[in-house]
Amino acid sequence: MRFPDEGVSIKDEGSKTEFSPKILSFLCNWCSYAGADLAGVSRFQYPTNTRVIRVMCSARVDPIMILEGFVQGLDGILVLGCHLGDCHYIHGNYFTIKRVKLTHKLLKQAGIHQDRLYLDWVSAAEGERYAKMIAWFIDEVRKLGPFGEVEGIDAEELKERAKVAQGAARSDKLRWLAGKEIDLCGEERIGIQGKNVYGEQVSKEDYDILMNENVLNEYTRSGIISLIRENPLSIKEIASKLKMCPAEVLQHISILEHAGVVFLTEEEGRTPRYIGV
Amino acid sequence: MGNKKVGAVLVVGGGIGGIQAALDLADSGFKVYLIDRSSTIGGVMAQLDKTFPTNDCSMCIMSPKLVECGRHLNIDIITNAEIKAIEGEAGNFRVTIIKQPRFIDQDRCTGCGVCARFCPVSALDEYNELLIPRAAIFIKYPQAVPLSYQIDRSRCIGCGLCQNLCLAEAIRFDDQTQERILEVGAVILSPGFEEFNPKIKGEYGYGRFPNVLTSIEFERILSASGPYKGHILRPSDGDVPERIAFIQCVGSRDTTSGNDYCSSVCCMYATKEAVISKEHVHDLKSTIFYMDMRAYGKDFDKYIIRAENEYGVRFIRSRVSDISEDPDTNNLFIKFESEDGRIEEEEFHMVVLSVGLNPTDKAQTLSKRLGIELNRYNFCKTSELTPVDTTKPGIFVCGAFQAPKDIPETVIQASAASAKAGALLSESRGSLVVKKEYPKEIDVENLRPRIGAFICHCGINIGGVVNVPEVVEYAKTLPFVVYAERNLYTCSQDTQERMKKAIKEYNLNRVFVAACSPRTHEPLFQETLREAGLNMYLFEMANIRDQCSWVHMNEQDKATEKAKDLVRMGLAKCARIEPLQRISLPMTKRGLVIGGGLSGMVSALNLAEQGFQVCLVEREKELGGNLRHIYYTLEQNDIQGYLYAMIDRVKRNDRIRLYLSAKIKDIEGFVGNYKTTLINEGGEIESFEHGIIIVATGGNEYKPTEYLYGNDSRVITQRELEERIVTSHPSLIPLHSIVMIQCVGSRDNDRPYCSRYCCSAAIKNAIKLKEVNKDINIYILYRDMRTYGFLEDYYKKAREEGVIFIRYDEENRPVVTNNGRLSVSILEPLLKEKLIINPDIIVLSTAITPQDDNKELAQMLKVPLNAENFYLEAHVKLRPVEFATDGVFLAGLCHAPKGISESIQQAYAAVSRAVTLLNQDEIEAEGQICSVDITKCTACGICESVCAYKAIEVTQITERIKAAKVNEALCKGCGTCVATCRCGALDLKGFTDDQIFQAITTFIY
Repeated sequence: MRFPDEGVSIKDEGSKTEFSPKILSFLCNWCSYAGADLAGVSRFQYPTNTRVIRVMCSARVDPIMILEGFVQGLDGILVLGCHLGDCHYIHGNYFTIKRVKLTHKLLKQAGIHQDRLYLDWVSAAEGERYAKMIAWFIDEVRKLGPFGEVEGIDAEELKERAKVAQGAARSDKLRWLAGKEIDLCGEERIGIQGKNVYGEQVSKEDYDILMNENVLNEYTRSGIISLIRENPLSIKEIASKLKMCPAEVLQHISILEHAGVVFLTEEEGRTPRYIGV
Repeated sequence: MGNKKVGAVLVVGGGIGGIQAALDLADSGFKVYLIDRSSTIGGVMAQLDKTFPTNDCSMCIMSPKLVECGRHLNIDIITNAEIKAIEGEAGNFRVTIIKQPRFIDQDRCTGCGVCARFCPVSALDEYNELLIPRAAIFIKYPQAVPLSYQIDRSRCIGCGLCQNLCLAEAIRFDDQTQERILEVGAVILSPGFEEFNPKIKGEYGYGRFPNVLTSIEFERILSASGPYKGHILRPSDGDVPERIAFIQCVGSRDTTSGNDYCSSVCCMYATKEAVISKEHVHDLKSTIFYMDMRAYGKDFDKYIIRAENEYGVRFIRSRVSDISEDPDTNNLFIKFESEDGRIEEEEFHMVVLSVGLNPTDKAQTLSKRLGIELNRYNFCKTSELTPVDTTKPGIFVCGAFQAPKDIPETVIQASAASAKAGALLSESRGSLVVKKEYPKEIDVENLRPRIGAFICHCGINIGGVVNVPEVVEYAKTLPFVVYAERNLYTCSQDTQERMKKAIKEYNLNRVFVAACSPRTHEPLFQETLREAGLNMYLFEMANIRDQCSWVHMNEQDKATEKAKDLVRMGLAKCARIEPLQRISLPMTKRGLVIGGGLSGMVSALNLAEQGFQVCLVEREKELGGNLRHIYYTLEQNDIQGYLYAMIDRVKRNDRIRLYLSAKIKDIEGFVGNYKTTLINEGGEIESFEHGIIIVATGGNEYKPTEYLYGNDSRVITQRELEERIVTSHPSLIPLHSIVMIQCVGSRDNDRPYCSRYCCSAAIKNAIKLKEVNKDINIYILYRDMRTYGFLEDYYKKAREEGVIFIRYDEENRPVVTNNGRLSVSILEPLLKEKLIINPDIIVLSTAITPQDDNKELAQMLKVPLNAENFYLEAHVKLRPVEFATDGVFLAGLCHAPKGISESIQQAYAAVSRAVTLLNQDEIEAEGQICSVDITKCTACGICESVCAYKAIEVTQITERIKAAKVNEALCKGCGTCVATCRCGALDLKGFTDDQIFQAITTFIY
C-alpha cells in the first residue's frame, strides 16, 4: 500500500459512516511534525481521527511501541519521518525502514492486516501532502474496518495476538537482525557497502529469508510463553491450542527452557507440563 | 594605543550567509547585530524548494538555523533596517541604521495570522515571486523569524479592521521610522544578490508570454508551500506542461547585457529543477539548452549524469536565439542552432529562464555609505588571497555580494568572514556578551508530580474551534494536575509572569502547556521554568492549534474531543518526566591542525590570531604542500612570495607549535578532550592534549598514464609547464605550437568528478605563454570550459589573445601519437571532422586526487570518506567544513578539488566553527541523551554500529564488566540506538520507553 500523492482529496468522504477509526501517528520533530504544523498554518482541513506522538527521530520508534498501539486496539498507526537523505540525524530513517519492515512481518504473523501500519516521509514544506496523507490513511483504515474486522478475528483475541507479536519484538534475535541489516547487506543510497566479518556482502534475499524464519520462530515462542504464563500445559495441549505439530512445539519448548524462560513444573503420568515466566 | 576594540559585530543581510556569520560570532563570544532590510531573516534560501546535489528540502534544513538565530541571547535581529552611515575605523565603528516602521509590535504579535485572513486589501506576494496575492498585512513565510506580521504601508488603506481583530493588541498605526546607533568592532556584509531581470533580453519574451518564467518563479511553483501548492501548472491556463525548456546563461556570460561573468549556480539549479519536476510529473520531458555544463563542485558531475540517465533530462549544447509564442495555445517555439550548425525549432509548453545573479541593487549605496570599493560588475571588490576582506579594514564580506555562488560556498565564506572578524576583535572576546543567571533549581526528586496545566485560546485561533474552558475543566480531573487555567495567549509576557507565580503558589513541579507547536514555543516556556527555578525539562506540550483547531475548523466537537485526548496523552507523559542535567565537560583550549599546506597554515595562523594555542603537524620536512609548485595565478599574484611570508609568520608565531617530519600515531578522546601521539623521523614519540581537530591533509596531482606521459619527454603536466615557464626552461624557447588536453584523469570512470582547478590552470598558463610570445599557437582541447564566476573574464581574454579552444566528447578523446613528431588527432564536433595538430609539446591538465592514506586517518578520527576517498562533510549544504563527529573540522583539498582562494576560505571557515567550541570553558552536553543500564547490557555492540555520531561505544567498564558507554558530549539524542538495543539496556532521556508507552496507552482509556 502506497500513498498515491495524486487523486487524493482531503475531504473526509467516509465520515458519515458509523466507524471512526482511532489512529496514532509518530512524527519526527524536524520534518514530518513540521509538515503537520504547516498543514495547520495553511489551514488544510483533514479528519480528526489521528493523535500525534512527537519523537526527535523516526528511528526512535520501536516496534514494541507500534505493537503497543495494536495491543490497545487502535485501528491504524502511522510512522512519518524526514524524506530519505533529509534526516536530521544523518540517516536514522533508514533504520526506521528496517524496524517497520520487521513490524509488518510480525503483524502478518499475528494475522493483523499489514495496511494498518504505514510508513512514509513528509517534509517540513509538505503541509498539504501531510493533510492528504492523513485523510487517505484514515480512508484506507476505514476500508479495513474496526480492529479485527477485515482480519475476521475478534478484537480481544487480536489484541492478545498483538501482545504475542510484541513479545517477539522484544526478542534479542529479531532486534539484532533488524539493527544489523544495513551493516551486512549495505545501503547504496547512503553509500554503505554491506560487509560481514569476512568482508562479504550478505544478499538481501538471504537476509529476508533468515528474517522470516526468525519472525516465525520468535512469534511462535512468544505465543507459547503467553499461553503457559499462568496455566502449565503439556506439549500436546500447547500443540492443539496453537494448531501445531507436537514435535515442533517440543523443539521450541526446549529452546525456551534453555533460555530459562520456561520451566517444567509437573508431570501427570508420562506427560510433563511447562510453565512460562 | 587608542580605545579598546568593541566586542560586537554588525552583520548586514540576514540570508543564509548572514545567519551563519551571526551564529558563528555569537557562539564565539561576540555580541551580534543582524540587520535585514526585509521583515524577516532567511533570504533567498527560504524561497527555494530543494537544494542540489542532495535534493534536500531547503526549508527543512534551514529552519533550525532560523530558530537558533531568533532565540540566541547574543544576536539582536533588527528587521526592516538598513545602514545609513558609518564612522570610525576597524575595531571601533559607529554605525547609524534606519529602521523602517513595521506597524506591528513585534514583541506582542504572536504570529497567529487572524489579521491577514480578514484584511480586505490584497497585494502581490514577493515571497511567491508575485505569482499569487497576499494581504496588505502579512508575514513573508510561515517559518519567518521573527514570527511577526507587518503592514505593507504602500497598500494599506487604513481601515483599522486588523486592530479591532488583534486580541494581542499588537497593531501600531503610529509606528515611525527610527534611527539607531550601533557601536561595533567589525562589519560583515552579506546583502546577497538580485536576480537578473530577463525583460532586458526581449528575445526571450519574458513578461510578454505568460508561460515564460524565471527560474526563481519556477522554484516557487515547485514548492509545496508555493502558489500552486507544488503542482506544476502553466500560468496561462493552469494545464500541467508536458515539455519544459530551460535556457541557461540568461544574463550571464553575455556581453549584451553587461554581465560577462558566469553566475556559477545556474547549471546546477536548472538541472535540479528539471529533476524535481520529473518527480512531480512523471511523463514530463525537460530540455536544458546550455553552453558549457559547469558542474564543477563536489559530486556535481554525478548529479548531471543521474539527471540524464535516470531522469531523462535532455541536454542540448546550444545558445537559444529566439522564442516565439503561438497565441492560441500559449505554447512556445524555441529556435536554436544544433551542434552540427543547423537551425532547428521545437515546441514547448513552458520555458524557464535560468536567470543569472546580478549584484545587489544596494551595492552602490553600500559602497558609498561604507567607503568600500566594488569590482567592475558592481560586486564587492576582494582579492584572491584575501577573499573575504573588502577594501576597507574591519569590513568583511560573504556570499553572493562577493561573487555569484551557491549555498555551501556562501556558508563557508560567512564562517571565514567571522574568523577574520574574530581575529581582529580577539582581545575583546566575551566583553559584551550576556550570560543569563538563573535561580538555583528546586529539587523535585521523589516528589509526587504536581502538574500545572495552561491551555491557550490563541486569540480565536484555538478558542474559536476548541471549547477551551471544557478542556481546562477536563484537565483538572486528570491525575497529578493540581492547577489548570486558560489564557488568551499562553505565550504572552504577562502569562509567563502568571506561570511563574503559579509554580510558586501551587508548588508545581511539572508544567504542561496545550497551545501551538513545541517546535517554535517550547524554548520560550522552558525559559520561564528556568526563571522560576524549575529544571527546564520538567515541561511538556500538546499541539492543539497547528495540528488540531487549525485543521478541524468545521468540526468543533470532534476537535474538542481530540484536544482532550492530546491533553490526556501529554499529561500522562508529563507526569513521568524527570529533571535532566546537562553535563559539563572541560574544554582543552588548543587546536590540532593536521597538514602544513596552504589550508593548514591559514587555519593555524587564524586560530593563533584568535588567541588559541595550535599544534601544526606536517609529515614532510617543510611547510607548503602543493603551494610549493604554484608560482603565479590568473590574478598575477606572486605565490612563492606569499608562501614564504606565510611560512615565516607560522614559524615566528609563539602560539603555534610546529611539528615537521611528524606522523600521527594515535588520536584518542573526543571533543574538548583529545590526546594525540606523534612519531617523528627519528622514531621519537611525543604527545599532547587538545580540544579540536582541523583536517587539512591536502591532495595530490594525478600522475597520468595516458597520452604518452612518461614515455615522451615532450608530454608534460600543467604543473611541470608552470615550473618551466618560471625557470625559462630551454624547451620553451623554440616553441611554435602547444596542445593542452583538459580532464586528464577527471570526469572518467575511475574518477567521475571534476577537478575544478584545471580549466583555469590551463588558461593561466596559456595567457602567460602568450605574454612571452604571442605567436605561439595554443590549442586547448576541452569538454566543458568551467571558468565559473569572474574566471570567465580570463576565458574571454584567452580567446581574445588567440588561444584556440576545441571541444571533444568523452567518447572521442584526443589521440596522441609519436612519429618522430608529436601528433594529436581530435574529432571536431561542429565540423564532424578529424583535425590533426603537430605540437612541439603537449600539456596535460591532470586531476586532483585524494591522499592515499586518507582511509587510515579517517578510521582514527572516526569520520567518513566519500566514494572517491575525499573526506565527507557533515552536511553538503549547511555544514560544509565540519564532520558529523563534534570537534573535527576539514579544509582544503582533502575535502574536494578546489582553487587557492577557496582553500583559504575553507581554512578560515573551519577555524570559525572550531572557535565556537574553543571559546567555551566547558562544553555543555545535551540533556535529552541516551542512557545505559549496564546490568542489562550484553555488550553486543549493535548500538555502536547504528550510531551516526560515534557517541556510544562498548567499553571495559570495570575489569570484569564490558558494556556500552554513552559519550555525553557527542550524543545528539535521536534514539536510533535505543530502538535497536537487543536487551532493553538503553533508554532515551526525555523520550523514555515509559513516557511514550504512557502516551500510547492513555490514547484509549
